[in-house]
Amino acid sequence: MPLTRWLARSQPQSGAPGLRSLSVTAEEWRAVMEDLRAAGGRLVSLWASHEPGLDVVRAAALTGSAGLIVSLPVTDGAPYPAVDDLFPAALRMQRALHDLSGVRAASADTRPWLRHSAWPEAFRPLIDAAPPIGDSAVPDAYEFVRVEGDGVHEIGVGPVHAGTIEPGHFRFSVVGEKVLRLEERLGYVHKGIERRFTQLPILEAHRLAARVSGDSAVAFSWAYAQALEGLAAVEVPPRGLWLRALCLELERLANHLGDLGALGNDAGFAFGLTQFSRLKELLLRGVQGALGARYLMDAVVPGGTSCDLDAGGAGELRAFISALAGETVKLRIIYDEHDGLRDRFSGAGTVSPELAAQLGLTGLAGRASGQAFDLRIDLPSAPYTELAPRKCARREGDVAARVAVRFDEVEESCRLVGELLDRMPAGPGWTPVQPPPGGLVGVGLIEGWRGPVCIALETAGAGAIHRCHPHDPSWQNWPVLEHAVIGNIVPDFPLINKSFNLSYSGHDL
Amino acid sequence: MLKTLRQIGSIGIVTEAAPNADESLRVRETLREQLRAVLGRALCIRHVDAGSCNGCELEIHALNNPLYNLEGLGIRFVASPRHADLLLVTGPVSRHMQAALIRTYEATPAPKLVVAVGDCGCSGGVFGESYASCGPVANVIPVDVAVPGCPPNPTRLLAGILAAVMRSRGAGSR
Repeated sequence: MPLTRWLARSQPQSGAPGLRSLSVTAEEWRAVMEDLRAAGGRLVSLWASHEPGLDVVRAAALTGSAGLIVSLPVTDGAPYPAVDDLFPAALRMQRALHDLSGVRAASADTRPWLRHSAWPEAFRPLIDAAPPIGDSAVPDAYEFVRVEGDGVHEIGVGPVHAGTIEPGHFRFSVVGEKVLRLEERLGYVHKGIERRFTQLPILEAHRLAARVSGDSAVAFSWAYAQALEGLAAVEVPPRGLWLRALCLELERLANHLGDLGALGNDAGFAFGLTQFSRLKELLLRGVQGALGARYLMDAVVPGGTSCDLDAGGAGELRAFISALAGETVKLRIIYDEHDGLRDRFSGAGTVSPELAAQLGLTGLAGRASGQAFDLRIDLPSAPYTELAPRKCARREGDVAARVAVRFDEVEESCRLVGELLDRMPAGPGWTPVQPPPGGLVGVGLIEGWRGPVCIALETAGAGAIHRCHPHDPSWQNWPVLEHAVIGNIVPDFPLINKSFNLSYSGHDL
Repeated sequence: MLKTLRQIGSIGIVTEAAPNADESLRVRETLREQLRAVLGRALCIRHVDAGSCNGCELEIHALNNPLYNLEGLGIRFVASPRHADLLLVTGPVSRHMQAALIRTYEATPAPKLVVAVGDCGCSGGVFGESYASCGPVANVIPVDVAVPGCPPNPTRLLAGILAAVMRSRGAGSR
């Protein structure tokens, strides 16, 4: 059955524009996933929600022109058909789904993923009431895949890393300097975010959404607000939407500037770190002057934004953004002409467009490997419908391409920030929101700086949350990093890793 | 190469200078003096993310940018707890990081200072205590100074580090 038939059977889905929802049986679940794969669809997220005696496994997927939320009811505890053969990124999501909701996919890999030693297998954090506390002071054993052969040895790194970064464990199998295999183990910063959502009032949980991954606070809180506002039938005033887009582009700029500096530094060019960290600091000060905070953790609230432009600050920010665009062009020429950087960036950590498509590489890293998808253009929410953002993509798939996409996106985001500031509509930036009734599902989808951020929100009525599932694009890209480093040398790993700059917190939840 | 040098020349030194009456700079000046008085050498910091959302890490990174120029004050981040005088811990402490944090603390030579960073490191923040979270850093290891904020800006972080160093001097003279 071609995908159009499924879409014809689907219902409109509340939340982001262009979403449809579809309820299927266990037989149809595989069929719809196969048709999605055949039509070039991409899996966004996989999660489960729970009703008494019934679990509902849900998948969010994107096709060229639409998003589809597929729901599969399963009777309590029964396994559901696995889809990791179609969408490799689903494997870890299936394992995490079992760790948190107790529903098992019919898949060969039944190792835990997010569960280490903090709770026993029998406890389902998203369902069971009284949590037995596991003995977390004792780390558990984990079955890494062993590489056998003459001269193969293992290097274990983490969870506490040498730099100021998030914790996770990397197990390298190497011969000499060459990496034969990398296996990641994540879940160290799992702090119970999904269970915590159900304890917060629905009108206040945007604060938690913003802290799923602190570098993507605007993207997550906007996705949350989008999911909620559809269900609450709220029309956000235009100025609120324009302010959100301004915040989102400023967040993208801050992260890209930080990464461009760090990438130069990781390739031995400290000048790059100095220059870009200076620009980032000036940007943050500009954002504080215009919007009241260096990091916009609580800028997006249900109904609009909590901040508004300070007239003087906005003018200074506008002038700085123009200067930033010029400075970045100058620095880009220096990066492009630097022999040392060219040598380290080119051909390092290559993910071919074919591999990227097969594994589902997404977001910024995907766009560097020929996966030219960007929600701001493919499924735009207002005000992106009026801004005509340019899609920045490459096909080389190496560190150099991920650097180039960042440079392109800095240029484009500077243009967008300028337009947003110049054309900002007048009027209020916020409107009151009443809590939606219970039993509803809303889905928010926003293109954060790293890639598509998704929030699925289920209401319980009386201002409460039944279930909230946040999804960071790092879920798709972490497994691809394992492929990207194969055949590279160990000292290039920090550079390759930084070129992806994936989230641990947004993944571990 | 010429363009690189020209860029360096045209930007000049952007590190904020001492005579400016900015509050942040007074912290910097005091900090330098205190470090000299207490340690007589550079302060070595080991950062540990024990469960943070990565927001605090962004501001910790900013300490090393040329405007705050932490290394110019005689403070540097080190790669091993065995080389550290002070642990800068962000949290809440996830239960899965509890063992790693305790081991890092044990590996740090005495007298070890601990600065808990951010609302979550101070109180558990929006995450609180749960089946997966131990809550504030102080629930897992002894904390000398707690710096609230979400995330705390670099000036607040500097002030917190200063407070820990001063406290250490107070303890030493008693």
